[in-house]
Amino acid sequence: MSTTNNIAQARKLVEQLRIEAGIERIKVKQQFSAMLVNVSKAAADLMSYCEQHARSDPLLVGVPTSENPFKDKKPCIIL
Amino acid sequence: MACQGLQKGETLESLKRESETLKKKLEEERNKLNDVELHQVAEKVEALGALSMKTRRVLKGHGNKVLCMDWCKDKRRMVSSSQDGKVIVWDAFTLNKEHGVPLPCTWVLACAYAPSGCAIACGGLDNKCSVVPLSLDKNENLAAKKKSVAMHTNYVSGCTFTSSDMQILTSSGDGTCALWDVESGQLLQSFHGHTADVLSLDLAPSETGNTFVSGGCDMKANVWDMRSGQNIQSFENHESDINCVKYYPSGDAFASASDDATCRFYDLRADREVAVYQKDSIIFGASTCDFSLSGRLLFAGYNDYTINVWDVLKGTRASILFGHENRVSRVRVSPDGTALASASWDSTLRIWA
Repeated sequence: MSTTNNIAQARKLVEQLRIEAGIERIKVKQQFSAMLVNVSKAAADLMSYCEQHARSDPLLVGVPTSENPFKDKKPCIIL
Repeated sequence: MACQGLQKGETLESLKRESETLKKKLEEERNKLNDVELHQVAEKVEALGALSMKTRRVLKGHGNKVLCMDWCKDKRRMVSSSQDGKVIVWDAFTLNKEHGVPLPCTWVLACAYAPSGCAIACGGLDNKCSVVPLSLDKNENLAAKKKSVAMHTNYVSGCTFTSSDMQILTSSGDGTCALWDVESGQLLQSFHGHTADVLSLDLAPSETGNTFVSGGCDMKANVWDMRSGQNIQSFENHESDINCVKYYPSGDAFASASDDATCRFYDLRADREVAVYQKDSIIFGASTCDFSLSGRLLFAGYNDYTINVWDVLKGTRASILFGHENRVSRVRVSPDGTALASASWDSTLRIWA
């Protein structure tokens, strides 16, 4: 009978520890969340990066034939 | 005894409630951050001009499906690997085949160029990733100098050198990613967390530190700390296998391509998906993706043989590149952004500019 009590107590203890571990994990997540940035700020930063580098993006702005080694002046021969 | 039992019972209940309340609070806080969509913020961005990209080179030489390719830092050489077991190093300007390395296994799923340009790494169904030093002597038998570095318990799906020729990072069908020392073959760190095959990985741009992202058949994209082996962030938005993951050039975001026919864009500092690139007319899986130099364009290769070019900020499709006669397995923008290389199951590679 006392064995059954011990098992029941052990089970409750395990569940308690599981829940506490869950809370700890959530608290760590909360700390992580405190460092998160909202989407409007994140989006603004992504846009600003694109804008800053747009002019030096050859595939975006196009590059004259003379400056792109892949754009030959003679047509490419496809066998 | 009975008293203690009651106390424990009370504690359990109050703990459970505390746990639930914290979870709800967390969700509320996170949702407050989702104050607007990326494409809404991007409405004020200038629309893209017409893109005029054409096939400039067709590289023929593989006997079967080309599965992977990578550019050399010199912006003209490329390495490609095929189902026929061959790895070829090309000069993309002249179409010259500089090296050919026959491997004992078929389906070489992954290949990468070393930062120095003096070696390549490759692997696949042999469950290994090997490094082959490239010699200037064209007659030298490169296959004989091949050195096995990584050993997985299932196929190697992706590989990349880290900042030097000394370490490689691999992803595998065994569900793990791993960091290896090339010289000794020693396992330096392993990354556990995926619950199915890992199909792709990408290293964060060097300025942003020691992290990498991986994607796999468990539909998850995971971000890892290379030193501790820890899974820092995880994104579960796709509805099918993630075939490819690629960092945005600033390192603050990444994109993924999936069998669910969509590509998605995630911001790491907001810790959420911020865009989905999809169209009702696109019903075939996307197998690969890469950004243009500024990050404004996302090139994605699909199983319907096309490459769709997406406006990353506005979420719309900017262009379609036709030409391949079978699935597109890999797309990669050259290091200086002047060209896009694509590899296909039609056994060719194409250069677009």
